[in-house]
Amino acid sequence: MERNLHRQLANMKKSLFDQGYLDEQFIQLEELQDAANPNFVEEVVTMYYRDSARLIQNIDHALEKNPLDFAKLDNYMHQFKGSSCSIGAKKLKNECTQFKEYCETGNGEGCKRTFQQVKKEYAALKKKLEHYFQFARQVGPVEKACRPK
Amino acid sequence: METNGFSSPRPDAFPAGLRVLVVDDDPTWLKILEKMLKKCSYEVTTCNLAREALDLLRERKDGFDIVISDVNMPDMDGFKLLEHVGLEMDLPVIMMSVDGETSRVMKGVQHGACDYLLKPIRMKELRNIWQHVFRKRIQEVKDIESHEGLEEIQMMGNSMEQSDDGYLFCGVDLISGKKRKDTDNKQDDRHYGDPSSVKKARVVWTVELHQKFVKAVNQFGFDIGPKKILDSMGVPWLTRENVASHLQKYRLYLSRLQKENELKASFGGMKQSDISKDTPGNVCLQNSSNASRNSVTNGSSGICGSKVPIKNVDSKICVEDMKVASVQMAEPKEALIGDITDPQKSSNSRTGLNHSFGQIGLDVKYEPKILTQYSWTEVPPVQFEQEHMPHFQSQSWSTEVRPVHFKPEQKPHVQSESSFSHLPLARNHIQVDCRTEPILSHHPIPSTNEKDKRADIGPNCIKSRRQGIGIVTSVESTAQLFSVQPKSHLTHCKEFEPIPCSMWNMKNHSLEKIPLNDVDSSQRNLILGTGSGFRLLDEELRRYSPQGDFHPQNAGFENIESFDYSNQGIIADIPPLLYDSLNFDYGNPSETMEYPVIDQGLFIA
Repeated sequence: MERNLHRQLANMKKSLFDQGYLDEQFIQLEELQDAANPNFVEEVVTMYYRDSARLIQNIDHALEKNPLDFAKLDNYMHQFKGSSCSIGAKKLKNECTQFKEYCETGNGEGCKRTFQQVKKEYAALKKKLEHYFQFARQVGPVEKACRPK
Repeated sequence: METNGFSSPRPDAFPAGLRVLVVDDDPTWLKILEKMLKKCSYEVTTCNLAREALDLLRERKDGFDIVISDVNMPDMDGFKLLEHVGLEMDLPVIMMSVDGETSRVMKGVQHGACDYLLKPIRMKELRNIWQHVFRKRIQEVKDIESHEGLEEIQMMGNSMEQSDDGYLFCGVDLISGKKRKDTDNKQDDRHYGDPSSVKKARVVWTVELHQKFVKAVNQFGFDIGPKKILDSMGVPWLTRENVASHLQKYRLYLSRLQKENELKASFGGMKQSDISKDTPGNVCLQNSSNASRNSVTNGSSGICGSKVPIKNVDSKICVEDMKVASVQMAEPKEALIGDITDPQKSSNSRTGLNHSFGQIGLDVKYEPKILTQYSWTEVPPVQFEQEHMPHFQSQSWSTEVRPVHFKPEQKPHVQSESSFSHLPLARNHIQVDCRTEPILSHHPIPSTNEKDKRADIGPNCIKSRRQGIGIVTSVESTAQLFSVQPKSHLTHCKEFEPIPCSMWNMKNHSLEKIPLNDVDSSQRNLILGTGSGFRLLDEELRRYSPQGDFHPQNAGFENIESFDYSNQGIIADIPPLLYDSLNFDYGNPSETMEYPVIDQGLFIA
């Protein structure tokens, strides 16, 4: 049974990677997890979602302005992108890059459209990760393959 | 925020225990980096505000080995933090950003970052950051050794008795002295052999401390050695090495400022070239560095090798507060007019340069000594006016002139002689032809007596750009301006509002780049007594920019004569260059205290 759970968990993770939601950075985080910080990855992700909510709000407000302040939008997105890459949010990061490109060309419509995508990806990833961690907790503080220090 | 006590690194476990300060406004990254660094067995302190980080660094002097900072932060630009840390604490700084654009990375490097990491950061990248700490320690050790070596040389030069033989031999002595020093240092190498275990008490250069430092530098001139700065700062726990390395950084910073200013100036347009000197002294009083810069550049291009009426020259030289100078300049100017000769671009120029400066009288003013004594914003008025500024290119000047240890005293001495037959050229010479005429040694205007001794210089001077600068008169007046008397010298200098030392420093910095090769070897020999000696000295200087003990107090003109050539040459060169460079580099010589303001600006978090 445990093995089953483990395998399920592993599969979940694999699919997240396969579907492009996560990248190498996520594995880095997992490697940082150890006895001192057994829930490190989850803590980081939680922190990310808390902090990034603020950034999303900022961008939303900025997009409502008229005319659009692209420099400001770019700046906000720069912060958001930096934060998102910290947890390895691959798809999300790509959307952010797209958004920044539109900012550079002053394409307001493009920005708004892309940001909708950003929010979608953001929400989707959040859900998946929540699911993943929930399951991981169920599986228990199992011996994860920790690299010897 | 995890805080560490005032901990010291464990040398035996290096790089374990490396004390890292992480600055990032993103809490997620802060958490991740902290964990990563801990995994590398480093001691981590985190901070999410740049200002807080600076406070922390200032508070815990010598409490950190390295700083890692994000580029985009809300309260302060990461690059600015980088500069502050570099200047105040001299710690290696690593920049990070999700933006890996070449221009940004370049900016980071320009501001002094020892590395630039792209987010997302891998742990393996963090594992190796200790190399930057190690590298810096090694460099510091080397710096100290060099400092000591250089200072010894300079001290030897200072103590040189006046006599022709004196400076003829000084080169030799310098060389042997240096060699001796090297040997000594080698024995010390063992002590420094393991930089990782050498725990140097790291000095945190607080704003107050730095201001003291700047004050001392301004008081004595950039050319002065760390020892003098240290003494004048009156901070008991500060060592000469601390000051020396800070001085280096400071010069770097100034030279960077200078470059930026020059860039701006070049855009300002070179209009000044035609500022006629209707008002003898005041012509040069151009407040904008741009003006000076322009004039100089204009001058150089236009005048090189051509006769340049003094008028032009004067006008070009935007010396801001040449009020005093103007008066004095008037005289020389007239003398100068009509006596313009094509500046000679030749190796002689070096000597000529020296001489030319002398002639102008104003040149005398330049005496590096004088300049050094002035505060930043002060610009020796006289000098510029007289000078044929066409060549005035701060850049060229800076490159050419290598302000080596110059002795202020020397100048006054020369001036009093008032026999500068060969002085006038100096200015022009210096400015424009810096390239062609490497001015290795700026000889203070030799007096007539000196003439024989400096025969080599004299004739050269005369030939080389003599821009028709009034010689005798100007020299005299300059001499007066620069009275050698230790105290009066300073006084005089102040009257003139010498060019800010900082500018001069910048010049020094750039001067150091002047390749010795440019200098005609014969010239060099002349100046040095022994060419090799000079070269040696030059190289040292190059490394350090003159840090010899600057003795503004050197009383008497006698010193000038006894001036050992190496120093002299260097010093002589400085004055004209100084002005030029000062003008140029210094964006706004309009206010006297400009430099300090700028300086403070740096530290205004």
